[in-house]
Amino acid sequence: MKVYLMHRGRDFDPTAALPSNSDAIAQDLELDVLCSSMAQGDPFLFDVARKALLVSLDEPEEVSYRQHVLADCIANPAVVRKVYGLAVEAIEGKKKIWGWHMDYPDSVLRGSVETLGLFFGVLNRLREVADEHRGSFESEGFVRLLDMIERELDDRYLLRIQEHLQELRFPEGERMSARLGKGFKGEDYVLRRFPVGRRTWTERVLRKKPKYSFEVAPQDEAGHRALSEMRDHGVRTAARALKASTDHILGFFTSLRTELAFYIACLNLREALLQEGEPVCVPLLSEGGGLALSARGLYDVCLALKLQRRPVGNDLKADGKRLLVVTGANQGGKSTFLRSLGLAYVMAQAGMFVPAQQFSAAISAGLFTHYKREEDASMRSGKLDEELGRMSAIVDHIRPGCVLLCNESFASTNEREGSEIAKEVIQALLEAGVRVFLVTHLFELSEGLYRSGAADALFLRAERRADGQRTFKVVEGEPLSTSFGQDLYAQVFGTPDKAEVVRLGSGR
Amino acid sequence: MNQSSFSSILFLDPVEGEDVDTPGSPQFFGDLNLDRVLEALTEGAEEYNLGPLFCYPLSDIGSIAYRHDVMRDLEAGPLRGHVEAFAESMRSMRLHLSQADKLSYEYQKMSWFLDAVEIYCDAVKNLLGGLSQEGPTSRGLQSFAAFLEQYSSSPEFVGLVSETKRLKRELSGITYRVHIQGRLVSVGRYGGEPDYSSEVEETFRRFAEGAVGEYAMRGQPRQNGAGMDSVEEQVMGLVAKLYPELFGGLAAFYARHAAYLDQTIGRFDREVQFYLVYIRLMERLRSGGLSFCYPQVGESKSVRAADAFDLALAIKLVHEGSTVVCNDFFLEGEERIFVVSGPNQGGKTTFARTFGQLHYIARLGLPVPGKEARLLLSDGLFTHFEREEHIEDLRGKLQDELLRMHGVLQRATGDSVVIVNEGFASTSVNDALYIGREILRQVADRGCLCVYVTFVDELSRLGKATVSMVSTVVPEDPTQRTFKVVRRPADGRAYAMAIAEKYGLTRQALRERASR
Repeated sequence: MKVYLMHRGRDFDPTAALPSNSDAIAQDLELDVLCSSMAQGDPFLFDVARKALLVSLDEPEEVSYRQHVLADCIANPAVVRKVYGLAVEAIEGKKKIWGWHMDYPDSVLRGSVETLGLFFGVLNRLREVADEHRGSFESEGFVRLLDMIERELDDRYLLRIQEHLQELRFPEGERMSARLGKGFKGEDYVLRRFPVGRRTWTERVLRKKPKYSFEVAPQDEAGHRALSEMRDHGVRTAARALKASTDHILGFFTSLRTELAFYIACLNLREALLQEGEPVCVPLLSEGGGLALSARGLYDVCLALKLQRRPVGNDLKADGKRLLVVTGANQGGKSTFLRSLGLAYVMAQAGMFVPAQQFSAAISAGLFTHYKREEDASMRSGKLDEELGRMSAIVDHIRPGCVLLCNESFASTNEREGSEIAKEVIQALLEAGVRVFLVTHLFELSEGLYRSGAADALFLRAERRADGQRTFKVVEGEPLSTSFGQDLYAQVFGTPDKAEVVRLGSGR
Repeated sequence: MNQSSFSSILFLDPVEGEDVDTPGSPQFFGDLNLDRVLEALTEGAEEYNLGPLFCYPLSDIGSIAYRHDVMRDLEAGPLRGHVEAFAESMRSMRLHLSQADKLSYEYQKMSWFLDAVEIYCDAVKNLLGGLSQEGPTSRGLQSFAAFLEQYSSSPEFVGLVSETKRLKRELSGITYRVHIQGRLVSVGRYGGEPDYSSEVEETFRRFAEGAVGEYAMRGQPRQNGAGMDSVEEQVMGLVAKLYPELFGGLAAFYARHAAYLDQTIGRFDREVQFYLVYIRLMERLRSGGLSFCYPQVGESKSVRAADAFDLALAIKLVHEGSTVVCNDFFLEGEERIFVVSGPNQGGKTTFARTFGQLHYIARLGLPVPGKEARLLLSDGLFTHFEREEHIEDLRGKLQDELLRMHGVLQRATGDSVVIVNEGFASTSVNDALYIGREILRQVADRGCLCVYVTFVDELSRLGKATVSMVSTVVPEDPTQRTFKVVRRPADGRAYAMAIAEKYGLTRQALRERASR
């Protein structure tokens, strides 16, 4: 029995190794803020959401599989949460049963019988849910799952299981056959059903034993150990079969819980965003390798969750563009814009909705981030060393069709050097078929890229009104030779009078 | 050929070897490192007590040939496989017997005993089959095969086999049932009831998908399990009661056949290991690129060998994966004595040991280390190696050495082999020269073969009987020894020259350096 809600024909592996760039992405895009909102305080949901976001899908097909499952969840949130609850109930219930050590076949069997009793109880209710709501689900993933549950867990089969579970408690004692093995030790123990000789009333009263029999004395500890060892031999095969079933069904419940956890987390986030009045949309992802990219009302979901108010949404028309260069005012929304773009990719390629009114893009073969790091983690090497080291590690793993987000890369040296290095790296990556989205205040770099006049480059600028007020909008525009540091200065040191601004402005 | 014509695979003459198990190894074993060889040979074969067999040299050429022939048969291939299989079975048989010994429960003893007898019967039959199929050419194995033929068709053996088979068949046919109800265990005859385990397996198969093999559960059936616990014993006892005739027959079998093992076969089992362990050792060393050969053994003192090596050293080096240096030697005409000189640690002692080992191993009737060898059938091997004992004053040490040397010379005859190593180093060169010359004169007079390892060059030039052998080094790097000992006059210079070259202090090198 397989769940297959995350992938068509494949389990979601929550233990799979994360891509090498995961830590950087999580840090640079503030994924934890996003995951916390998805988790609503449940660490399990948090982990699954984080994993699903970081192990991104790279086929439009796979994305649409999840999008449809998610659509079913959105349409039937109560049913989905109920099924999730059943999975949790089975898993938690099992933990209470399997408390003692389970090494010996006899105790394995006893534990399995009890656990399977619990599991089949839950499976029964799961089937009832499936029976009742089968018609409300349309996605390939859910249809397959619900059909499977109905098929595999038919009434007759469930009844037979119940009978076996009853019989395997051995109300009449263990009955088995054996043969004389090496040194006359018993071997080939097999459980049998032979008629149990009932003792007559008088035999019982006189405590008369059957002819070929003996009794282990109540206080004979070694004897009792020996007895249970013999029982172990007898029930070994059955224990193995039941243990396998227990594990299998536990695996099913675990997968069900894990895979649904992702969708529950999506429901949580969606509900939180809708409450804030934020729009979400189903993204349109096209084949990898293409250069589609456009968005309407794209906003930074992390900022929205943190601020609890509507952040600025941006429109973007970057179809056919390989290079995106964002310049402009400090704290004018450049980083926020870049992050909203990165998050849109991450969420879209996890099969989620995207925080925008509309978003479409060519699927990326992998997302990488190269951000200026505020803290210098390394004591030994300088900041530039550290940056170059990270870039080198990225180059080790990046390949055509990947997307690289650069935020103030190579700003840790002087502008000339930084620009030179950056230009080399960026040109090389573009030639290698990587899409580069770059936020920079290195004027030499942005101007150089602008002057080279490549048709597949798009230049954006954080908007600043004439009065210095930021709109946090990012609009098309050529690089300007300043990042409006004076505005910031003014903000921090107090607003200068208008004449002074004019004077400073004309003084450039 | 009647049965009594075969007694031993090691000795041609039934009388010879009767005292083989007299304890103690020859005095020279330690000096020649033969004790280490013996250790390597018998490692893992301790149960056979092979030591005495390797400490018992033969004294006539016929006996040596007897062993050579058996060895050739065994080395040739398929025959050895049959003998190894036989040995393996006999080992397993002994394990079964010792298991039976250890157990206290009678029925269990009987069961292990029955298995032991079954293994024995099969081993004998298989070995006979193997021998008649391969057709040995050696007299030893031929007459052993004839003996086996006779033995295995004897009424006792035939009876043993059929009785064993019947008991095994009937016992293994028993299936009984056990019913455990709390503390009460009842046993009965099995009545063909269906297998409930597989029914359970079948029902739950739907959920077996993805289960990976056997679950690690404790209490796996004990394979060569020791004893039975009390419950098993009682169940076993009840099973015996269910089948009284069968178990009565088993008890009778156990009582009647305590001495089933034939003595000659038992002796063969031990003695043939003498060959097998040596073959294994040869195989190991051959894989290291070394050769063994069947030596010509005789009375001629024109001995020779090609690519001979020190067996003890080779065992160690091949184990470590290092290469072993082989040496050639020959004596001709009136030559009797190798005087070995040259740099220390250059293989002198190894050469001396090699010479001694070859002559000893030849008398064991075994192939010797080397590509080709002609050796003397010596009447005795005498060694004089410097002792490590701490004797306080040099005088005392020299005296001790001379006393031992004197003892050697008193016992050595013209057909003996004498190995003297680093003799009299505790004295001055002049004294050593004097003493050495005297001893060598006596050795030469007696006409015995001798290797004399010395640091005194002059001893190599004493006369017609002495041959000079010199240990060598790599000329470019004198710290690297070749361990090659070659037949050439001792000049005492090669080593010094090599060192000079290494440090660029030869005349040539000094001239070149100066011209820069």
